[in-house]
Amino acid sequence: MAKTYTPIATQTLSAAAASVTFSSISGAYTDLALVITPTIPTGAYDILMRVGNSTVDSGTNYSVTRLSGTGSAANSTRSSNQSGMFCTYYGYPTSTNPSITTINLMNYASTTTYKTMLIRSNNASAGTEAIVGLWRSTAAINIITISLDASTNFSSGSTFTLYGILKA
Amino acid sequence: MAIRSLKSGTFSRSGMVGNPVIMPGSYESIATVTVSSATSSITFSSIPSTYTHLQIRGITRSSSANNYDNIWMRFNSDTNSNYASHYLAGNGATADAYAWSSETQIRSFYTAGGTASSNVFSVSVIDILDYANTSKYKTTRHLNGFDNNATGTGDYAKGTLVLSSGLWRSTSAVSAIEFTINGGVNFTQYSSFALYGVN
Repeated sequence: MAKTYTPIATQTLSAAAASVTFSSISGAYTDLALVITPTIPTGAYDILMRVGNSTVDSGTNYSVTRLSGTGSAANSTRSSNQSGMFCTYYGYPTSTNPSITTINLMNYASTTTYKTMLIRSNNASAGTEAIVGLWRSTAAINIITISLDASTNFSSGSTFTLYGILKA
Repeated sequence: MAIRSLKSGTFSRSGMVGNPVIMPGSYESIATVTVSSATSSITFSSIPSTYTHLQIRGITRSSSANNYDNIWMRFNSDTNSNYASHYLAGNGATADAYAWSSETQIRSFYTAGGTASSNVFSVSVIDILDYANTSKYKTTRHLNGFDNNATGTGDYAKGTLVLSSGLWRSTSAVSAIEFTINGGVNFTQYSSFALYGVN
Protein backbone atom coordinates (compact mmCIF):
# COMPACT_ATOMS: atom_id res chain seq x y z
CA MET A 1 0.00 0.00 0.00
CA ALA A 2 1.15 3.50 -0.83
CA LYS A 3 2.07 5.76 2.05
CA THR A 4 0.48 9.19 1.92
CA TYR A 5 -0.42 12.23 4.10
CA THR A 6 2.59 14.01 2.64
CA PRO A 7 3.86 17.39 3.92
CA ILE A 8 3.75 19.83 0.99
CA ALA A 9 4.87 23.06 2.62
CA THR A 10 5.26 24.65 6.03
CA GLN A 11 5.45 28.32 6.92
CA THR A 12 6.50 29.48 10.38
CA LEU A 13 6.34 33.23 10.65
CA SER A 14 9.64 34.84 11.68
CA ALA A 15 7.92 38.23 11.75
CA ALA A 16 4.32 39.38 12.02
CA ALA A 17 2.43 39.07 8.73
CA ALA A 18 -1.07 39.93 7.57
CA SER A 19 -1.49 36.82 5.48
CA VAL A 20 0.10 33.53 4.48
CA THR A 21 -0.20 32.11 0.98
CA PHE A 22 0.40 28.63 -0.42
CA SER A 23 0.65 28.90 -4.21
CA SER A 24 1.38 26.59 -7.14
CA ILE A 25 -0.19 23.72 -5.18
CA SER A 26 0.13 20.47 -7.07
CA GLY A 27 -3.09 18.88 -8.27
CA ALA A 28 -1.66 15.42 -7.78
CA TYR A 29 -3.39 14.69 -4.47
CA THR A 30 -6.98 13.78 -3.63
CA ASP A 31 -7.45 15.96 -0.53
CA LEU A 32 -5.49 18.68 1.21
CA ALA A 33 -5.20 19.16 4.96
CA LEU A 34 -4.11 22.55 6.29
CA VAL A 35 -3.06 22.73 9.94
CA ILE A 36 -2.58 26.17 11.47
CA THR A 37 -1.73 27.38 14.98
CA PRO A 38 -1.67 31.18 14.86
CA THR A 39 -1.68 33.83 17.53
CA ILE A 40 -2.31 37.55 16.97
CA PRO A 41 -0.83 40.61 18.76
CA THR A 42 -4.05 41.94 20.28
CA GLY A 43 -7.78 41.40 20.18
CA ALA A 44 -9.70 38.41 18.85
CA TYR A 45 -10.37 38.02 15.15
CA ASP A 46 -11.65 35.22 12.98
CA ILE A 47 -9.44 33.36 10.54
CA LEU A 48 -10.42 33.88 6.93
CA MET A 49 -9.46 31.60 4.03
CA ARG A 50 -9.65 32.38 0.33
CA VAL A 51 -8.85 29.89 -2.41
CA GLY A 52 -8.60 30.01 -6.16
CA ASN A 53 -6.94 28.92 -9.34
CA SER A 54 -3.83 31.04 -10.01
CA THR A 55 -5.41 33.98 -8.15
CA VAL A 56 -7.49 33.87 -4.99
CA ASP A 57 -11.21 34.44 -5.38
CA SER A 58 -12.47 37.49 -3.46
CA GLY A 59 -15.97 37.24 -4.88
CA THR A 60 -18.97 36.42 -2.73
CA ASN A 61 -18.71 32.70 -3.46
CA TYR A 62 -18.15 31.34 0.04
CA SER A 63 -20.57 30.06 2.67
CA VAL A 64 -20.34 28.15 5.94
CA THR A 65 -22.51 26.27 8.41
CA ARG A 66 -21.17 26.00 11.96
CA LEU A 67 -21.73 23.83 15.04
CA SER A 68 -20.18 25.45 18.09
CA GLY A 69 -19.85 24.93 21.81
CA THR A 70 -19.08 27.80 24.16
CA GLY A 71 -18.96 26.04 27.50
CA SER A 72 -22.49 27.13 28.35
CA ALA A 73 -24.39 26.28 25.16
CA ALA A 74 -24.25 24.53 21.82
CA ASN A 75 -25.39 26.50 18.83
CA SER A 76 -25.39 26.51 15.07
CA THR A 77 -24.98 29.49 12.78
CA ARG A 78 -24.65 30.18 9.08
CA SER A 79 -23.03 32.75 6.78
CA SER A 80 -23.78 32.81 3.05
CA ASN A 81 -22.50 34.75 0.03
CA GLN A 82 -19.31 35.79 1.82
CA SER A 83 -16.11 37.07 0.19
CA GLY A 84 -14.03 34.59 2.17
CA MET A 85 -14.48 31.43 4.22
CA PHE A 86 -14.66 32.02 7.95
CA CYS A 87 -12.68 29.19 9.57
CA THR A 88 -13.41 30.20 13.17
CA TYR A 89 -16.30 31.58 15.18
CA TYR A 90 -15.41 30.86 18.79
CA GLY A 91 -12.12 29.10 17.99
CA TYR A 92 -10.38 32.35 17.03
CA PRO A 93 -6.78 33.20 17.96
CA THR A 94 -5.78 35.69 20.61
CA SER A 95 -2.41 36.95 21.80
CA THR A 96 -2.02 34.17 24.34
CA ASN A 97 -4.16 31.34 22.95
CA PRO A 98 -3.40 29.99 19.50
CA SER A 99 -6.34 28.87 17.43
CA ILE A 100 -5.74 25.21 16.70
CA THR A 101 -7.46 24.86 13.35
CA THR A 102 -7.48 22.01 10.84
CA ILE A 103 -9.02 22.46 7.39
CA ASN A 104 -9.78 19.47 5.15
CA LEU A 105 -10.11 20.57 1.51
CA MET A 106 -11.75 17.56 -0.08
CA ASN A 107 -11.49 16.78 -3.78
CA TYR A 108 -9.73 20.12 -4.19
CA ALA A 109 -8.45 19.45 -7.73
CA SER A 110 -11.84 18.48 -9.16
CA THR A 111 -13.05 20.52 -12.11
CA THR A 112 -16.60 19.14 -11.98
CA THR A 113 -17.80 19.84 -8.44
CA TYR A 114 -17.97 22.79 -6.05
CA LYS A 115 -15.47 22.46 -3.20
CA THR A 116 -16.72 21.51 0.25
CA MET A 117 -14.40 21.73 3.24
CA LEU A 118 -14.49 20.45 6.81
CA ILE A 119 -12.95 22.64 9.48
CA ARG A 120 -12.26 22.06 13.17
CA SER A 121 -11.18 25.04 15.24
CA ASN A 122 -10.50 25.41 18.91
CA ASN A 123 -9.71 28.08 21.48
CA ALA A 124 -10.14 26.54 24.91
CA SER A 125 -10.77 29.93 26.52
CA ALA A 126 -13.59 30.75 24.11
CA GLY A 127 -15.06 27.70 22.41
CA THR A 128 -14.74 24.84 20.00
CA GLU A 129 -16.48 24.15 16.72
CA ALA A 130 -16.84 22.19 13.54
CA ILE A 131 -17.60 24.03 10.32
CA VAL A 132 -18.53 22.95 6.81
CA GLY A 133 -17.65 25.43 4.10
CA LEU A 134 -18.50 25.74 0.42
CA TRP A 135 -16.61 27.48 -2.37
CA ARG A 136 -18.95 27.77 -5.32
CA SER A 137 -16.51 27.11 -8.13
CA THR A 138 -15.60 24.12 -10.26
CA ALA A 139 -12.04 25.38 -10.69
CA ALA A 140 -9.24 23.30 -9.23
CA ILE A 141 -7.71 24.90 -6.15
CA ASN A 142 -4.01 25.66 -6.52
CA ILE A 143 -3.68 28.70 -4.28
CA ILE A 144 -4.77 29.27 -0.65
CA THR A 145 -4.46 32.47 1.36
CA ILE A 146 -5.04 32.64 5.11
CA SER A 147 -5.67 36.01 6.75
CA LEU A 148 -7.80 37.60 9.46
CA ASP A 149 -11.14 39.38 9.17
CA ALA A 150 -9.54 42.66 10.27
CA SER A 151 -6.48 44.63 9.30
CA THR A 152 -4.20 42.99 11.77
CA ASN A 153 -1.32 40.55 11.65
CA PHE A 154 -0.59 37.02 12.63
CA SER A 155 2.15 37.03 15.27
CA SER A 156 5.66 35.77 14.79
CA GLY A 157 5.83 32.05 15.51
CA SER A 158 2.44 31.27 13.97
CA THR A 159 2.64 28.03 11.97
CA PHE A 160 0.87 26.94 8.79
CA THR A 161 1.43 23.45 7.34
CA LEU A 162 -0.14 22.00 4.21
CA TYR A 163 -0.42 18.22 3.65
CA GLY A 164 -1.49 16.22 0.61
CA ILE A 165 -3.52 13.01 0.85
CA LEU A 166 -3.59 10.67 -2.14
CA LYS A 167 -6.18 7.91 -2.58
CA ALA A 168 -5.29 4.47 -3.89
CA MET B 1 -1.76 13.54 21.16
CA ALA B 2 1.94 12.81 20.78
CA ILE B 3 3.05 9.22 20.33
CA ARG B 4 6.70 8.25 20.91
CA SER B 5 8.17 5.39 18.92
CA LEU B 6 9.94 2.90 21.20
CA LYS B 7 12.07 1.84 18.24
CA SER B 8 13.24 5.17 16.88
CA GLY B 9 12.45 7.57 19.69
CA THR B 10 10.72 9.93 17.30
CA PHE B 11 7.40 11.59 18.04
CA SER B 12 4.35 11.48 15.83
CA ARG B 13 0.76 12.64 16.11
CA SER B 14 -2.55 10.95 15.59
CA GLY B 15 -4.39 12.07 12.43
CA MET B 16 -7.88 10.99 13.40
CA VAL B 17 -10.85 13.31 13.01
CA GLY B 18 -10.51 15.27 16.22
CA ASN B 19 -6.75 15.51 16.30
CA PRO B 20 -3.90 17.16 14.47
CA VAL B 21 -2.51 15.28 11.53
CA ILE B 22 -0.20 12.30 11.78
CA MET B 23 3.36 12.25 10.59
CA PRO B 24 3.91 10.78 7.15
CA GLY B 25 4.76 7.13 6.91
CA SER B 26 1.97 5.84 9.13
CA TYR B 27 -0.99 6.56 6.83
CA GLU B 28 -1.53 4.40 3.77
CA SER B 29 -4.09 4.40 0.98
CA ILE B 30 -5.82 1.01 0.70
CA ALA B 31 -8.59 1.35 -1.87
CA THR B 32 -10.90 3.85 -3.56
CA VAL B 33 -14.35 3.54 -5.09
CA THR B 34 -15.47 6.35 -7.41
CA VAL B 35 -18.93 6.29 -8.92
CA SER B 36 -18.88 6.60 -12.70
CA SER B 37 -22.60 5.89 -13.12
CA ALA B 38 -25.32 5.96 -10.49
CA THR B 39 -25.12 3.07 -8.03
CA SER B 40 -27.04 2.09 -4.90
CA SER B 41 -24.13 0.85 -2.76
CA ILE B 42 -20.41 1.27 -2.35
CA THR B 43 -18.43 -1.54 -0.72
CA PHE B 44 -14.90 -2.14 0.48
CA SER B 45 -14.16 -5.85 0.93
CA SER B 46 -11.19 -8.02 1.93
CA ILE B 47 -9.86 -5.22 4.12
CA PRO B 48 -6.52 -6.33 5.60
CA SER B 49 -6.31 -6.45 9.40
CA THR B 50 -2.74 -5.17 9.49
CA TYR B 51 -3.50 -1.57 10.47
CA THR B 52 -4.40 -0.06 13.84
CA HIS B 53 -7.25 2.12 12.60
CA LEU B 54 -9.10 2.84 9.38
CA GLN B 55 -10.09 6.21 7.98
CA ILE B 56 -12.56 6.79 5.16
CA ARG B 57 -12.70 10.10 3.35
CA GLY B 58 -15.60 10.65 0.99
CA ILE B 59 -17.62 13.02 -1.16
CA THR B 60 -21.23 12.09 -1.89
CA ARG B 61 -24.46 13.21 -3.45
CA SER B 62 -27.67 11.22 -3.82
CA SER B 63 -30.09 11.01 -6.74
CA SER B 64 -33.17 11.42 -4.55
CA ALA B 65 -35.83 14.10 -4.76
CA ASN B 66 -34.61 15.45 -1.42
CA ASN B 67 -32.17 18.18 -0.45
CA TYR B 68 -30.37 15.69 1.79
CA ASP B 69 -30.42 12.01 2.73
CA ASN B 70 -29.03 9.72 5.41
CA ILE B 71 -26.07 7.50 4.53
CA TRP B 72 -26.05 4.09 6.16
CA MET B 73 -22.97 2.02 6.96
CA ARG B 74 -22.77 -1.74 7.60
CA PHE B 75 -19.89 -4.02 8.47
CA ASN B 76 -19.19 -7.55 7.22
CA SER B 77 -22.65 -7.82 5.59
CA ASP B 78 -24.26 -7.98 9.05
CA THR B 79 -27.93 -7.01 8.56
CA ASN B 80 -29.01 -7.83 12.11
CA SER B 81 -30.03 -5.20 14.67
CA ASN B 82 -26.51 -4.78 16.04
CA TYR B 83 -25.93 -1.10 15.38
CA ALA B 84 -26.43 2.16 17.28
CA SER B 85 -25.81 5.80 16.34
CA HIS B 86 -25.65 9.25 17.96
CA TYR B 87 -25.74 12.57 16.09
CA LEU B 88 -24.83 16.10 17.15
CA ALA B 89 -26.03 18.17 14.23
CA GLY B 90 -25.97 21.86 13.38
CA ASN B 91 -28.28 23.20 10.67
CA GLY B 92 -27.34 26.86 10.82
CA ALA B 93 -30.22 27.67 13.15
CA THR B 94 -30.19 25.05 15.91
CA ALA B 95 -27.89 22.45 17.41
CA ASP B 96 -29.74 19.14 17.69
CA ALA B 97 -28.96 15.72 19.15
CA TYR B 98 -30.38 12.38 18.00
CA ALA B 99 -29.88 8.75 18.94
CA TRP B 100 -30.87 5.39 17.44
CA SER B 101 -30.31 1.92 18.90
CA SER B 102 -30.73 -1.70 17.80
CA GLU B 103 -30.85 -0.78 14.14
CA THR B 104 -29.66 -2.73 11.12
CA GLN B 105 -27.08 -0.09 10.19
CA ILE B 106 -25.05 2.80 11.52
CA ARG B 107 -26.53 6.12 10.45
CA SER B 108 -23.25 7.49 9.25
CA PHE B 109 -23.95 10.99 7.97
CA TYR B 110 -26.13 13.28 5.85
CA THR B 111 -25.38 13.61 2.15
CA ALA B 112 -26.41 16.33 -0.22
CA GLY B 113 -29.48 15.14 -2.11
CA GLY B 114 -30.53 15.35 -5.72
CA THR B 115 -32.33 18.67 -5.28
CA ALA B 116 -29.44 20.42 -3.58
CA SER B 117 -27.83 23.12 -5.70
CA SER B 118 -25.94 21.79 -8.71
CA ASN B 119 -22.36 20.69 -8.06
CA VAL B 120 -22.82 20.63 -4.27
CA PHE B 121 -21.50 17.47 -2.61
CA SER B 122 -21.24 16.53 1.05
CA VAL B 123 -17.87 15.53 2.46
CA SER B 124 -17.05 13.12 5.28
CA VAL B 125 -14.18 11.81 7.34
CA ILE B 126 -14.93 8.58 9.22
CA ASP B 127 -12.61 6.88 11.71
CA ILE B 128 -13.02 3.20 12.61
CA LEU B 129 -10.83 2.71 15.64
CA ASP B 130 -9.21 -0.61 16.54
CA TYR B 131 -11.19 -2.20 13.71
CA ALA B 132 -9.31 -5.52 13.77
CA ASN B 133 -9.68 -6.16 17.49
CA THR B 134 -11.52 -9.43 18.17
CA SER B 135 -12.24 -8.83 21.85
CA LYS B 136 -14.38 -5.70 21.82
CA TYR B 137 -17.21 -4.00 19.95
CA LYS B 138 -16.35 -1.43 17.27
CA THR B 139 -16.97 2.29 17.78
CA THR B 140 -16.79 4.78 14.94
CA ARG B 141 -16.69 8.56 14.72
CA HIS B 142 -17.78 10.75 11.86
CA LEU B 143 -17.30 14.37 10.81
CA ASN B 144 -19.52 15.33 7.90
CA GLY B 145 -21.22 18.24 6.25
CA PHE B 146 -22.53 20.01 3.23
CA ASP B 147 -23.28 23.66 2.69
CA ASN B 148 -25.90 24.79 0.20
CA ASN B 149 -25.30 28.54 0.51
CA ALA B 150 -28.51 28.99 2.50
CA THR B 151 -30.74 27.67 -0.28
CA GLY B 152 -33.38 24.97 0.06
CA THR B 153 -36.54 24.41 2.03
CA GLY B 154 -35.91 23.98 5.75
CA ASP B 155 -32.77 24.62 7.76
CA TYR B 156 -31.21 21.18 7.21
CA ALA B 157 -31.44 21.64 3.44
CA LYS B 158 -29.51 24.89 3.61
CA GLY B 159 -26.43 23.30 5.13
CA THR B 160 -25.70 20.78 7.85
CA LEU B 161 -22.70 19.85 9.96
CA VAL B 162 -22.79 16.50 11.77
CA LEU B 163 -20.56 15.08 14.48
CA SER B 164 -21.63 11.50 15.05
CA SER B 165 -20.62 8.17 16.51
CA GLY B 166 -21.61 4.63 15.69
CA LEU B 167 -21.46 1.25 17.41
CA TRP B 168 -21.33 -2.23 15.89
CA ARG B 169 -22.02 -4.79 18.60
CA SER B 170 -19.66 -7.45 17.30
CA THR B 171 -16.21 -8.63 18.26
CA SER B 172 -15.41 -9.64 14.70
CA ALA B 173 -12.67 -7.79 12.90
CA VAL B 174 -14.06 -5.40 10.31
CA SER B 175 -13.22 -6.86 6.90
CA ALA B 176 -15.95 -5.29 4.75
CA ILE B 177 -17.74 -1.93 4.79
CA GLU B 178 -20.85 -1.11 2.80
CA PHE B 179 -22.43 2.32 2.30
CA THR B 180 -26.02 2.75 1.11
CA ILE B 181 -28.57 5.57 1.15
CA ASN B 182 -31.88 5.39 2.99
CA GLY B 183 -34.73 4.70 0.62
CA GLY B 184 -32.49 2.71 -1.69
CA VAL B 185 -31.67 5.67 -3.91
CA ASN B 186 -28.41 5.97 -5.79
CA PHE B 187 -25.10 7.68 -5.26
CA THR B 188 -24.56 10.04 -8.21
CA GLN B 189 -21.59 10.27 -10.51
CA TYR B 190 -18.43 11.68 -8.87
CA SER B 191 -19.36 10.32 -5.43
CA SER B 192 -16.27 8.69 -4.03
CA PHE B 193 -14.96 6.95 -0.91
CA ALA B 194 -11.26 6.44 -0.22
CA LEU B 195 -10.14 3.96 2.45
CA TYR B 196 -6.91 4.51 4.38
CA GLY B 197 -5.05 2.48 7.00
CA VAL B 198 -3.49 4.22 10.00
CA ASN B 199 -0.70 2.79 12.19
